[in-house]
Amino acid sequence: MSIGHAPTTATEQAPPPAGADGPSGRAAHPVRSMLAHRGVSGLFSVIAVAIIVYFATLVLPGDAAQAILGKQATPQRLALLRHQLHLDQPPWEGFLHWAGGALHGDFGTSLVNQQSVTSLVGPRLLNSLALVLLTAVISSVLGVVLGAISALRADKASDHVMSSVALVASALPEFVVGIFVVLILAVEIKAFPAISILPPGETIWQQPNELVLPVLTLVIVTTPYVFRMSRASILEALHSDYAELAQLKGASPARLLFRHALPNSMAPTVQVIGLNLLYLAGGIVLVETVFQYPGVGLALVNAIDARDVPTIQFIVLVLAVFYVLLNILTDLIVLLLTPRRRLPR
Amino acid sequence: MTATPPSVTRTSGIVVSGLVVETARHHVPVVADVAFEIRSGTVMGLVGESGSGKSTVSVALLGHARRGLRIADGEVRVDGQDILAMTEQELRRSRGRLVSYVPQDPASSLNPGLRVGSQLTEALTIHPDALAAGQPALARVHEVLDEVGLAPTRQLLDSYPHQLSGGQQQRVAIAMAFVCRPRLIVLDEPTTGLDVTTQRRVLDTVRQLTQRHQVASVYVSHDLAVVAGIADQTAVMYAGRIIESGPTAEIFRSARHPYTAGLFRAAPSARRTTLLVGIEGRPPRPGRWPQGCGFASRCPQAQDDCLPAVPSLTSVGPDHVARCLHPLPSDAIAHANPPVPPSPGHSGSALAVSGLVAHYGSTEVLHGVDLTVPAGCCTAVVGESGSGKTTLARCIAGLHQVWRGKLSYAGTALDPLPQRRSEDERRVLQYVFQNPYASLNPRTSVGANIEEPLRYFTALSARDRRERVLRVLDDVALSADFADRMPDQLSGGERQRVAVGRALSVDPELLICDEITSALDVSVQALLVEQLRRLQHERGLSMLFITHNLAVVRSIAQHVVVVSRGSVVEQGPVEHVLDNPQHPYTIQLLADLPHLEPTA
Amino acid sequence: MTVQTLRSGRARNDGPARRRGALRRTLTAALSTGRGRVGLGLMLLIIALAFIGPYLAPNDPTMFVGPPYAPPSHGLPLGTDDLGRDVLSRLLDGGWYLLLVAAAATAAAVAVGAMAGVIAAYRQGRAGGAIMRVTDVFLAFPQIVFVLLLVSVLGASTWLLIVAVAIVQAPQVARVVYGAAQDVCERDFVKAVALWGVPPRTVIRRQVMPSLTTPLAVEGGLRLGFSIILISGLNFLGFGVQPPNPSWGVMVNENLLGIRANMWGVIAPAIVLALLAVGTNMFADSLARAAFGAEQAEDFVAGSALGVGPS
Repeated sequence: MSIGHAPTTATEQAPPPAGADGPSGRAAHPVRSMLAHRGVSGLFSVIAVAIIVYFATLVLPGDAAQAILGKQATPQRLALLRHQLHLDQPPWEGFLHWAGGALHGDFGTSLVNQQSVTSLVGPRLLNSLALVLLTAVISSVLGVVLGAISALRADKASDHVMSSVALVASALPEFVVGIFVVLILAVEIKAFPAISILPPGETIWQQPNELVLPVLTLVIVTTPYVFRMSRASILEALHSDYAELAQLKGASPARLLFRHALPNSMAPTVQVIGLNLLYLAGGIVLVETVFQYPGVGLALVNAIDARDVPTIQFIVLVLAVFYVLLNILTDLIVLLLTPRRRLPR
Repeated sequence: MTATPPSVTRTSGIVVSGLVVETARHHVPVVADVAFEIRSGTVMGLVGESGSGKSTVSVALLGHARRGLRIADGEVRVDGQDILAMTEQELRRSRGRLVSYVPQDPASSLNPGLRVGSQLTEALTIHPDALAAGQPALARVHEVLDEVGLAPTRQLLDSYPHQLSGGQQQRVAIAMAFVCRPRLIVLDEPTTGLDVTTQRRVLDTVRQLTQRHQVASVYVSHDLAVVAGIADQTAVMYAGRIIESGPTAEIFRSARHPYTAGLFRAAPSARRTTLLVGIEGRPPRPGRWPQGCGFASRCPQAQDDCLPAVPSLTSVGPDHVARCLHPLPSDAIAHANPPVPPSPGHSGSALAVSGLVAHYGSTEVLHGVDLTVPAGCCTAVVGESGSGKTTLARCIAGLHQVWRGKLSYAGTALDPLPQRRSEDERRVLQYVFQNPYASLNPRTSVGANIEEPLRYFTALSARDRRERVLRVLDDVALSADFADRMPDQLSGGERQRVAVGRALSVDPELLICDEITSALDVSVQALLVEQLRRLQHERGLSMLFITHNLAVVRSIAQHVVVVSRGSVVEQGPVEHVLDNPQHPYTIQLLADLPHLEPTA
Repeated sequence: MTVQTLRSGRARNDGPARRRGALRRTLTAALSTGRGRVGLGLMLLIIALAFIGPYLAPNDPTMFVGPPYAPPSHGLPLGTDDLGRDVLSRLLDGGWYLLLVAAAATAAAVAVGAMAGVIAAYRQGRAGGAIMRVTDVFLAFPQIVFVLLLVSVLGASTWLLIVAVAIVQAPQVARVVYGAAQDVCERDFVKAVALWGVPPRTVIRRQVMPSLTTPLAVEGGLRLGFSIILISGLNFLGFGVQPPNPSWGVMVNENLLGIRANMWGVIAPAIVLALLAVGTNMFADSLARAAFGAEQAEDFVAGSALGVGPS
């Protein structure tokens, strides 16, 4: 440090960014460590769920096999069932057998119609996936656009109306929304089928008409959350210090919105979209029931009704894996969108 | 009798007149009757404490009003063009091009999602006419980065704002403001939060650029010493109005308005050992402006004719105006404060620290600190942010527990964990926090806050506790009715006094004050510092006063410890260290410190 | 991570304490807004319907009074349902059970969740982390699926339903309280008291809890809304109610096939449920706004809703 003569203009170098050199090197560390971290904890979650799901059957009061078969229980069928459910082995061995089979894609056969669980539920998974993805895309786009419009007209009449509609729509139970959709569009206007009559084995693409009402219902239920978050994030960005400085540089409203506000508001909005998808994983249960839509949710309800244990196990596990993967994907995207976290000082 | 401001031609420089800003909904004036003129190539300092309206004025110069406010009246002429009369489109063409702004907090004012390079070129993209024909934007960006002292490397331009240091961020902000070669630049407290040396460099840069490009600059600040070093003329604001303005040298030599004089009396100086004299009371908030002079209720010179109407600006010297009917005589100011009376001092040391090594996670933040706090005296611990001074205080108090070394009070060793210390040790050592808005329980009254430690350390009855509370309030110069108020009804300064009172209520022997005045205005800080000094004096308290403000040290402490990067670089009696520093760091620190005597 | 921390990159810890006054003040402020008044009004209306309804029902809700799916007539303003029972009487009798169970489950969830959240926040170290890890596992699963599993395995007694719904809601309460309590525990006034050597339990009681009442009240309101939706959804799927007892959710399901013949069996309970859900949410939302201000309320409600949705 020079004493006495401070230089007139001291030149400073920008600090070398933390981590390796080069753009790809920079991004590696926080992303990699986050993936590793979440991957491990996700694995634990799935294992925990698998354990819970497997041992739930053993919690049945009395003898599990007896409880499932009820009055139809003959000694042979009881023995067969016990073997099928690995109940004739010590609990942990049974679990490992089941888990081993699961890792190979074999979840046993359905207790209802003796078909392999995977072949039975597989196509229905696709149907539900179509439902969920379609809903996600529509509600996300709609939510972001409406949220942006509302944010730009904040506190004006149109904003109040949109926000109130969103509040009401987000509060409604989805089976109620489904009912109203059915009533208005299927009963009164007779535009779309009220319930799906899809032959087993066919996928939904062959009858796209039947997608409309369930998707509409789910969109009505999920768009408000995306709308609210998008509106709130964009507003926060528009009121931020950096937006003010941009304004003081002479930026036009369009520039403020598209260059400053929107990009910075994407991260929380993506988070909400991810959360929406997770919510949908459970939400389809009710909506598929209303419309008798041949998806995984309806299959689960039917399986629970019939105490079809292998099917229940499979569906629940699939949901858990879906959850974990989706969580990780969402967090990854959010991380990539936030330079501050992606490139630590 | 209105004054004639310094002469400025109609087509150059800045002429502001009759500026009024009010709330959008209820038209309550927040800033009124603001007028000044600035010559190109000079800097005007705009000084005021919080709530004075200086920030509002600063953005109004760009035709901008923050949320809830609107510009109601006035003219802001930049080279003849009136900013306030422009249409939306004209305004957008002028912002960044004709007038530009340097914000207070660059960390939040730079877009966290855009690279620095693109933010620097943004103004040029919006105003392509700022470039000479054929000149690429990048060339201008390089030029401007050179001028602020940042190497225009690819690395810098590709960085995101959070990857730069505070000083670098602020320089980028300044570069952004100069990139279109505007005629007026408004800088809103741009050196807040920067360490002293960086601040010195930033100030030098601003002054040089102002002269080189012949722009007019408005430098808003609450720090008189900073303004002394950079401004050619100064205007002081109080309660939304300019109450004094003139050449900096004039004002600093002899302030004529009682408020300005009060500010000088409250301003600490690293060169003189004097008492600080604060200003009691609070400035009137918008909507509660009195009919007459806004300062009258707090002014020692107030007379009856100050009350009926707001005084207009009257001339008190060449180019020097003051808004006062009874301005102070012109020799009143210099060294008006009495010197600090010598402290009795007791023998022995209260606190001894040796070989203290502290960690935050895996980083070592204190590298073997040795220091002694003499009993009955106040020891100041001075350092920049990140130096480790707060960590040191927290280790002593027991807030930070990851350390090793030896810490002893009055001979007995202190455990890192407060739970393991004896009750007496916990009572005798009291700690006052920095943030006045977080250190009191917002759900209980002021009185309940003060008596809380009494509940744990004493067995006093409710009535006796109440009595103590009243006594404590008296000690910190708050009236008895404060006891039943809620904390959110108090100002920052009042809350800090309550926090100090709470600490004193159990008769401690060592008081640790962790940057307790950093969040306070100068006049409020002076009150608190002087109160503390008096209390320390009267009760023979030992005190550890943590601060980053070297100037305050002389008005309260007898010993000083200078900390830098986790080590003690120098310690000793205040007069010795500050008048005759030995360590290069201390020498540099004192050299870079802005002083109240103007050099502009 | 709460939505709030995500938005600003760091938890908003600085600045004046935003706890605007006691719960009472928040309530009065909320009720001075249109949203609050409409919300509370709807809630009270439907609650009154649910609890007074049974005494006003003209017929026995389980008695057959006419042909199935008969359209509205003079003595039967809403017609009959799939088994020929009076829709109006079933409607009037179909709410109190649902609301009681929902209220009990919410109370249990709030109590357990709040305790867990506060303890986890104060004892930062391993105990705190462990608690939050457990809640994370719970939150990693669709609520309705979890409750369905429990109910299908263990039967659908009232107590089990209350416990199941409580288990599924408590983690979100815990998370919210954890966040709020952490925020408070970071504040200097709590640290100041801890420095004096005050035992943690007392610190929590005297310093931390008073600042938690408002967020807890708001979260409780939101949870009540979700409990109602969850339980009525379960009823809709056929779980949790013994036939022939009426319940709004069950009514929607059992009358679905006859919707073209007499839609009232489906629409009437659907409308009532909708009004209750909307009213509860509106009121909770207005509470949140009165307590935290518009921006922070948005974060709070969004995080609460999507940490776990109604299903």
